[in-house]
Amino acid sequence: MRFMIIVKANADSEAGVMPSSEAIARMGVFNEKMIEAGVMLAGDGLHPSSRGARIKSENGKVVVTDGPFSETKELIAGFWMIQTKSYEEALEWCKRIPFDAGMEVELRKAFEASDFVSDSITEEHLAKEQEFRDAQKPISNG
Amino acid sequence: MNGDNISRAIETVWRMEAPRLVAGLVRMVRDISLAEELAQEALVGALQSWPKSGVPDNPGAWLMTSAKRCAIDYFRHNAMVARKLPEIAHATPTDASAAPDPEALLDAGSGDDLLNLMFVACHPALSPEAQSALTLRLIGGLSTNEIARAFLVSEATMAQRIVRAKRTLAEAGERFAFPNSAERQARLGSVLGVLYLIFNEGYSATTGQDWMRPQLCEEAMRMGRILAQMVPDQSEVHGLVALMELQASRFAARHGADGTPILLAEQNRARWDRTLIGRGLAGVDRARAESLHPGSYSLQAAIAACHARAALSCGNRLERDCPTLRPIGTNQSRPRY
Repeated sequence: MRFMIIVKANADSEAGVMPSSEAIARMGVFNEKMIEAGVMLAGDGLHPSSRGARIKSENGKVVVTDGPFSETKELIAGFWMIQTKSYEEALEWCKRIPFDAGMEVELRKAFEASDFVSDSITEEHLAKEQEFRDAQKPISNG
Repeated sequence: MNGDNISRAIETVWRMEAPRLVAGLVRMVRDISLAEELAQEALVGALQSWPKSGVPDNPGAWLMTSAKRCAIDYFRHNAMVARKLPEIAHATPTDASAAPDPEALLDAGSGDDLLNLMFVACHPALSPEAQSALTLRLIGGLSTNEIARAFLVSEATMAQRIVRAKRTLAEAGERFAFPNSAERQARLGSVLGVLYLIFNEGYSATTGQDWMRPQLCEEAMRMGRILAQMVPDQSEVHGLVALMELQASRFAARHGADGTPILLAEQNRARWDRTLIGRGLAGVDRARAESLHPGSYSLQAAIAACHARAALSCGNRLERDCPTLRPIGTNQSRPRY
């Protein structure tokens, strides 16, 4: 099963303060351990929200709001995707994170293929969606 | 945390550490069952002391030290028995200095323990079924019950299979020593074969079956990634991991809501897993970087990569976009779903 470990933003991460070289080295060791154990799938740190934007649809119109955003505790500063045998194992990896002062993470389970095998998606719906996708022109960079 | 939670946390830590623990112990005691028993004793020790002292900072090292202590006790006990027995039989006592010093033996650590344990589990004297079972047990750290469910056999049958595999190893005179470089290549091929066998066993599972079966795919990929860390210069290891990841990326799209298989060309590519595709494509590149002469896993991964790349743009432009396919010829079977 797969989990996302979400690293919460804090004042430092939002201010764009880079972690100390010691902190980066400690994190490197931790990542190495997860790679050696075959559990790490992906992971990245994120720039502050001042370099991002929020996009939503209002009355059918797309509205873009540029960052920064004030509610720091609700923002994220990075993530890991890991694959473990159990929730307990994912929790155990979280406990081994070399936490910096003020650092907080959130552990969330990702949906698996089996979670979607339900009657909510009908064959007809799938066929239609496929037809729609196949009708699209290839996206080309050139 | 209540008592239940603490024991569960301890058992989780133990399960995470068990393969390395057993690997180290196998090198020392040259016996799989004994190594497993000693690792179990370390778990018992942890269950007794961690609820009071808390989980140590380096639980793996704690468990290893504890298991080593049990091993030393075991050796001492045996040495004592060996001394006593001849006395009882009124024979000449054996020379005590001839016995190996257990502490020296236990301290001669090796970073290749886990790799060696993979080689042992995939020993050529064992049948593919036995190799898979032993690999899942020793490297994957799965319980006999979990392996039995994954292979759709009873727990008793699987337990028998594992016991027999261990006996076969003993009869084959397995010394649990790291194989030399010539033998290593052959053994590595055998390990890759076993991992792919385990993966396919899980991949063939259909919806509604026990969740342990798809779990086999995850386990095979995880063990493949561990192996890739240990022998990073082996192109075929990267090829196999990439092949498994690219195939697993299609897991969600392979079946309709009623469980009927959907062929590759008809799959909803939006349901393919992008994380696994990204990893798989990187793995194909890595395999190519390690060797100019791709092996069969690397080639199959390259084919799977073409399908994945097609999914990332649109439609299935396999032949046009994939020069890799040309050297393979027309007889090679392609993934159907």
